[in-house]
Amino acid sequence: MPVTILRRLLQSILVLFVMSLLVFIGVYAIGNPVDILISPQADQAEIARATAALGLDRPLAEQYWVFLRQAAAGDLGRSFAFNVPAIQLILERMPATLELAVAAMLIAIVFGIPLGLWAGLAPDSISGRTIMTGSILGFSLPTFWVGLMLIMVFSVELGWLPASGRGPTVELLGVPVSFLSGEGLAHLLLPAANLALFKLALIIRLTRAGTREALLQDYVRFARAKGLSEARVIFVHVLKNILIPIVTVVGLEFGSLIAFAIVTESVFSWPGMGKLLIESINMLDRPVIVAYLCIIVTLFTLINLAVDVVYSLLDPRVRLADAAA
Amino acid sequence: MTSTVRLDLLVLLIAFGPALHAADLRIALATDVTSVDPHFANIAPNNNIGWHVFDALTHVDEDARLMPGLALSWRAVDGTTWEFKLRRGVKFHDGSDFTAEDVVFSIERAAKLPNGQFAGFVQRIVAKQIVDPHTLRLRTATPYAMLPQDLNSIFIVSRKAAAGAATEDFNSGRAMAGTGPFRFAAFRRGERVDLARNDAYWGGAPAWDRVSFRVMPTDPARLAALLAGDVDLIEQVPPADLARIRTRADLQVAQKVSWRTIFFHLDQYRDRPPGVTDRAGKPLERNPLKDARVRLALSKAINRQAIVERVMEGTAIPAANLVSPPVFGHAATLRAEHFDPEGAKKLLAEAGYPNGFAMVVHAPNNRYVNDDQIAQAVAQMLARIGIGARVQTQPINVYLGKARAGEFAFAMLGWGSFSGDLALRALLATPDAARGSGAWNWSHYANPKLDALIEQAFATVDEKKRETLAREAMTLAIKDNAVIPLHHQLVSWAMKKPLAYAARTDEFTFAHHVRPR
Repeated sequence: MPVTILRRLLQSILVLFVMSLLVFIGVYAIGNPVDILISPQADQAEIARATAALGLDRPLAEQYWVFLRQAAAGDLGRSFAFNVPAIQLILERMPATLELAVAAMLIAIVFGIPLGLWAGLAPDSISGRTIMTGSILGFSLPTFWVGLMLIMVFSVELGWLPASGRGPTVELLGVPVSFLSGEGLAHLLLPAANLALFKLALIIRLTRAGTREALLQDYVRFARAKGLSEARVIFVHVLKNILIPIVTVVGLEFGSLIAFAIVTESVFSWPGMGKLLIESINMLDRPVIVAYLCIIVTLFTLINLAVDVVYSLLDPRVRLADAAA
Repeated sequence: MTSTVRLDLLVLLIAFGPALHAADLRIALATDVTSVDPHFANIAPNNNIGWHVFDALTHVDEDARLMPGLALSWRAVDGTTWEFKLRRGVKFHDGSDFTAEDVVFSIERAAKLPNGQFAGFVQRIVAKQIVDPHTLRLRTATPYAMLPQDLNSIFIVSRKAAAGAATEDFNSGRAMAGTGPFRFAAFRRGERVDLARNDAYWGGAPAWDRVSFRVMPTDPARLAALLAGDVDLIEQVPPADLARIRTRADLQVAQKVSWRTIFFHLDQYRDRPPGVTDRAGKPLERNPLKDARVRLALSKAINRQAIVERVMEGTAIPAANLVSPPVFGHAATLRAEHFDPEGAKKLLAEAGYPNGFAMVVHAPNNRYVNDDQIAQAVAQMLARIGIGARVQTQPINVYLGKARAGEFAFAMLGWGSFSGDLALRALLATPDAARGSGAWNWSHYANPKLDALIEQAFATVDEKKRETLAREAMTLAIKDNAVIPLHHQLVSWAMKKPLAYAARTDEFTFAHHVRPR
């Protein structure tokens, strides 16, 4: 297994390298950040000075070389717009996004698996059909719209939950989190539910399909014939087997939750990294864009690795073979 | 019984809870505050926070007209020397006294801060002389009338608190000592800025104990936060939502003409401007936009009233100027060009284009209010006089670079300026890097008479004379149809009913100007 992990990490470094090169060329092709950052009152001399101060007057290849040299030393550059190290900017926002993503994933799993299981066990019942119809809505409604509707209903009309922002934070192991206070939880609920909706529908459908398939398998029949209780059949034999694809999907989807929480973050003014990325693209803040994508690529690599490990624990047939290395 | 009493108390608290915090104000900002260092980025949200914690020597009123700030008065001692008399008895939030030393320190910090964007406002100052702790003389190499105006952009920081401070020290609050109406409390990047009242403010303590600015760039989210009661006041209300807010009994709107003017630059320097062809797509012999009659025809073809009413939903006024009505140097004698398609066609025929020609209308699509729709409307209006106008809109980050590189022949730009001569210098003075003029003159309009008038205005320290010159210059440029002005935007705030806001032309949202009433 260690060799597999090492190989994965080497691969991700290659991906990081290619990705940063593409972003460099891409942002360069879009335009000059100085045009956007500088005050309209600035004259030509000032524009030239600002360009030089950010190192943008040098050829692209040289700029990239400077970036690589600094990146190798762990410095991903300073944000043009914020004038602080890009990595600090992102790490500052990361807890908010992680908190939102974890909360959303928890909601999706806690509600998704039981509902999917139920719909799979009783596919023709009214409740089973209702769950499936509901999951179609979860799939098809745009996040942006659902978010606004949640705000309209629960904040504007009913006044139960705050419409925007993140609640007060407390430090948990050095990381600022907001879910430990009542007010923080109230702020978290709506955006997390909004972000969870799509994943919830996905998990319901996966669980249902898996359950229906598993129920027809010989081992289930055999377990029933052996006289095992229905609860044991479902929660041990069926559930454990259908969890394998679900773990894979949950792992992959967790990465996308973090990377693309942007719509929910915008609608709820949640101070996360997704919002930071969009703002940085608008301002052509290249150091932040590059650093953000580097972090996301790393996260994806780590999550995939974790999925593989969990996979091998759940399914004894799967081994992370060192032999292939 | 005890529990009943407690319950009653709870009910009381819930019922009167908001009243207990009546002196707290929560404001939603439409753009992100990137830093609270007052000398780093010259962008509106940062400056907005700056104006709460700091003061400048000169302030501007709601109409963007200069008024005394930390300087009580200023005068030109001679052509190249300005003397500022400073306010006495003013204290910084860190307890130190405000003196001329702090002004000199702030000017030097603005000039030298790495990546700072305020150096341009002090680069003409060649010598600083402290006559006494409350008198300061600033010298420029050549006569320069704009110095008091420029110093409106330089926030005065406490020398004691900010000596050697970097941007991080301001963001953390360590160096955040100003003389302004509010003390700095906390800055959570991308999220909020919290302030607390400065009881000793020289302009009178503000009505609010605590103010919190929340960053909410998404329009619907900002509005929802107001409707849900998360915030008390929002800025930059989208025009489409104004009607709905006005129907609500618990909300009201404050509105004022903004300093932002929307206009079109037109290529007047190349013989073959990009995208300008005859109707069949073949190149033209000469550049039609160089012909004043063609420019006038294009202007006459645009129905500004229709754009204001339909596209802008009433949140603009037709423009005949590059600065909006209250602003210094606005020439009130100019009238917005009348919508006259027949007259426009005649002018085109006279100029040798009886069948019109074709061109591309360029505009950003995420910068100004309804910018892409305005471009569409203009293109349709131009089609009526025989101009085959194709619309191309781009996000501002792509748009600006291309415009600067000269890829557009007919391009939309929005501009906000404190004074007409300043706007003309950037937009229509002959581009000249050495003199710093015409940095945004995408038209490459060149008129020696205009250049001379602008230069003269810049060197005239007498305010009245300078404004006359600025108006004269504006009139000259507009009469020549150097650009095609469209409209001045209106800027709107929405707030809970008992509140009232003194709406500002410079679009800033000042907590100390929100009255509890």
